[in-house]
Amino acid sequence: MHELSIAQSVVSTVRAAVGGRRVIAVTLRIGPLAGVVPDALMFGWDVVTSGTALEGARLDVERVPVEIMCAGCGTTGERTTSPPWRCAACDGVCAPLGDGRTLEVGSVEVEDDVEAVDDVAVGA
Amino acid sequence: MSIIELKTAVLAKNDHLAAALREDLAAVGAVAVNLLSSPGSGKTALLEIVLTRLTADGVPVAALTGDLATENDAKRLARSGAPVRQVVTDGLCHLEADLVRDHLAGWLPAGTQLLLVENVGNLVCPASYDLGESLRIVLASVTEGEDKPVKYPTAYRWADLVVLTKIDLAEPCGFDEQAFLDSVAAVNPGVPVVRTSARTGEGVDDLVARLVAVRPAVTDPARHIEPAAPAGTGR
Repeated sequence: MHELSIAQSVVSTVRAAVGGRRVIAVTLRIGPLAGVVPDALMFGWDVVTSGTALEGARLDVERVPVEIMCAGCGTTGERTTSPPWRCAACDGVCAPLGDGRTLEVGSVEVEDDVEAVDDVAVGA
Repeated sequence: MSIIELKTAVLAKNDHLAAALREDLAAVGAVAVNLLSSPGSGKTALLEIVLTRLTADGVPVAALTGDLATENDAKRLARSGAPVRQVVTDGLCHLEADLVRDHLAGWLPAGTQLLLVENVGNLVCPASYDLGESLRIVLASVTEGEDKPVKYPTAYRWADLVVLTKIDLAEPCGFDEQAFLDSVAAVNPGVPVVRTSARTGEGVDDLVARLVAVRPAVTDPARHIEPAAPAGTGR
């Protein structure tokens, strides 16, 4: 359960990038092998954003697929969910080909008004 | 309203700190090994034997052991004769690179070639944090069930070595070794698996040889690991 510290890192990253502007939404890109549970992230989101430019911001999760290959028949495919992965063709066990550990802040939607709501300098 | 494309890794800070620590360890002539497992997998028992063996063989080895609370593991491991330091995380469920560096600065004995880092017993969170290691080992005991690798894919996917512990209990537990190996192959095909028993000593030679193989050829005892940041800047 390290999602709270992950959420805090997201907040630090975003605050350092938005120059005090109010944040409307944050898109977090998560691979199936990132070891992060989106629901658990959402759980602590309100707490970690409170009193910052991110207060009230929406947290959108974009699931980034990982490429997989069947160990039995060699069929390849993509998955966004956690393993185990079964082959669509032969029901064999599939192994990941790619990294799958993507865990990044993709994009941030901000208000254009440069009314600084949060001018606290934050070390990223 | 406007959109800012960031594409910034959430754990970028830890990744940078880990890369820097790996370089600094290389500069003093040491490599770190990160040991991950669930609580009760027999990590400490096996580590005590391995540290004893490496020390007796004259390999300059040291260990950090992470726990949420108590110094019990450091006391156990110190019986091996190797320098051991406890990292008490005060509830944090994993080790991070700066925490490792902070515990090495001013402590890591000069000339150390192998640094074994026993992570907090947990297969979820530690898997996401690079500690600056050159070898990542995941341990699984035969009492835990054969499907651990597919249940904890992130931990197993990035392991350089899988160590099966308590192999002396495989039969009474009805452990299906092939099912376990299949489960490993499903997330990390080709990773070597070493079968060990801290009780009978089975597999210890193999594990020790694999650890000795990653140690660097030369060390520079004149250099030390520096602290991450000046005191007072916080983590």
